[in-house]
Amino acid sequence: MPQTLYDKLWDSHVVHVEDDGTTLLYIDRHLVHEVTSPQAYEGLKVAGRKPWRVDSVVATADHNTPTTNWDEGMAGVKDKFAKLQIETLDKNMKEYGAKVYFPYLDKRQGIVHVIGPEQGATLPGMTLVCGDSHTSTHGALGCLAHGIGTSEVEHVLATQTLVTRKMKNMRVNVEGPLGRGVTPKDVVLAIIGRIGTAGGTGCAVEFAGSTIRAMSMEGRMTVCNMAIEAGARAGMVAVDDTTIEYVKGRPFAPRPPLWDSAVAYWKTLKSDPDAKFDREVTLDAREIKPHVTWGTSPEMVTSVDSVVPDPDKEKDSTRREGMERALVYMGLKPRTRITDIKLDKVFIGSCTNSRIEDLRAAAAMVKGRRKAANISVAMVVPGSGVVKAQAEKEGLDRIFRDAGFEWREPGCSMCLGMNPDHLSPGERCASTSNRNFEGRQGEGGRTHLVSPAMAAAAAIAGHFVDIREWR
Amino acid sequence: MEKFTVLKGLVAPLDRANVDTDQIIPKEYLKSIKRTGFADALFAAWRHDPNFILNQPRYKGATILLGRKNFGCGSSREHAPWALIDYGFRCVIAPSFADIFFTNCFKNGLLPVVLREDEVDKLFYDAALPGFNLTVDLESQTVSTADGSKKFRFEVDAFRKYCLLNGLDEIGLTLRHEDKIRAFESRRKTQFPWYF
Repeated sequence: MPQTLYDKLWDSHVVHVEDDGTTLLYIDRHLVHEVTSPQAYEGLKVAGRKPWRVDSVVATADHNTPTTNWDEGMAGVKDKFAKLQIETLDKNMKEYGAKVYFPYLDKRQGIVHVIGPEQGATLPGMTLVCGDSHTSTHGALGCLAHGIGTSEVEHVLATQTLVTRKMKNMRVNVEGPLGRGVTPKDVVLAIIGRIGTAGGTGCAVEFAGSTIRAMSMEGRMTVCNMAIEAGARAGMVAVDDTTIEYVKGRPFAPRPPLWDSAVAYWKTLKSDPDAKFDREVTLDAREIKPHVTWGTSPEMVTSVDSVVPDPDKEKDSTRREGMERALVYMGLKPRTRITDIKLDKVFIGSCTNSRIEDLRAAAAMVKGRRKAANISVAMVVPGSGVVKAQAEKEGLDRIFRDAGFEWREPGCSMCLGMNPDHLSPGERCASTSNRNFEGRQGEGGRTHLVSPAMAAAAAIAGHFVDIREWR
Repeated sequence: MEKFTVLKGLVAPLDRANVDTDQIIPKEYLKSIKRTGFADALFAAWRHDPNFILNQPRYKGATILLGRKNFGCGSSREHAPWALIDYGFRCVIAPSFADIFFTNCFKNGLLPVVLREDEVDKLFYDAALPGFNLTVDLESQTVSTADGSKKFRFEVDAFRKYCLLNGLDEIGLTLRHEDKIRAFESRRKTQFPWYF
């Protein structure tokens, strides 16, 4: 029977199936960070259990680490609760071990979803989990990757398996060339705008079509990253030459002679031509414009040349009330032109858009210009120490600094504002992150999700601009 | 994990769709290394509003939260069910849930019940009256009103039901299959050594 990519990844990891379909699924890679793991290690200890396979664990501290004051060492972590979490991870790593641990201040430390692929710790054909919903990012490499809760973190540590059930197969096809100024971020925002924030609930989503095939691995990671914003725990892209070229030579990637056998297997990781999907959606890439969210859910999104929608035109009452509440929270009036929205802050970073290509795209918009006077802070937070070093080698840090941007140390930073980087009440931010929920970047803060190039241009102009017309 | 068998309790209606886990517990409350102590963090930002349901005396002591579709979307933080439980909720009823939140609930003895949208509409209508109670019976998989006028059936996976009814430790259950896991692992290591 023809199989989807998800079917193949699933079947190759089934250990045991209960009568009702509940399945024990073997987990190859477990990424661990400081916020969702302490209770799991505590649980292990209380029950007198040991991790099943320590070398499946790759760990880092990223969620609440400061992006400034690294020269002060641990003393630079002023928040005592954040510090306790970072130190607890240190302690757990010392006690239980890992394949590799990139602690706070390490030059390879970074956002867990950036460093996995970067280090070759994420490989095609794997099952990969992490106590973080944006684990879907790793599916870009042709693996089955999704977020789990802390109880499941403990379960995977103790048993190397997950108790789970097979999801439905969904495929999102994007076909055609992308226009000037249109990026993978705009593609995924367009997908979410089309299918909604629960459009992929219960599904593993394969992203396919010529547009996806033509994307770099980093672009594919941006798309898979936001699968969860469409409700899908897992997003994935079939393995092709782009995937294999990307993995080759990375620190934890297989070496010859194993490399050739691995590649031969990885090349089978794609959906069979007549595989059946429970649901299929197709988008025309030529119709996708640069996107900007206007509300408090990623599905509240429109194109940059459009206006803030009018709730009065919405027939569904629950949706209408949601829109009205969102506009009050966002301090926006219906029919305001997107390009008339003035901003206070700009954030370029997060597991969605903090890789080297993202920083290059942003720097290209900024080069030789200055941020607008009304932008109090424009910060660039590289996804990892490796990304930061590469950017500095290319002189991108200078471009940003010369334009009045802040060049920070790596971490999750203002995507969720657990560290000192956050919005104050009422502040409006153009952000390359993934969630515009109420209070996400700071209580009362107003987030507009955009691509790195759109965020950078907005910092220069002080408001959103249509980068297709920008010279 | 605490058992869940029959719950008879007061219903608090939260009439919003797409309630995300950032609202259930904002990030500033995630900096704990414990599983408890999150009651005050539940819906912290919304509780600034004196009219928010948790600030209304009539819903004091509620154990059942009534929600709208896509409840629990967003972040995987298990602090969301922990906060709901610490506050006193044992059951959330909604027309649909986000996948990760739904799974996290079962691991903590918090029962997520999916009812049809029209059934949830009826419950919201009833919950406008003070002192609206429901009985949630996991064994018979039903939600019913005190006067017996409404009774709705819900679905739940047999394995999850079994674990919840008996308050079982899932890790202990999985480790019954320890030999199978070892055998699988050893086959995989031979076939795909580059993953080890």
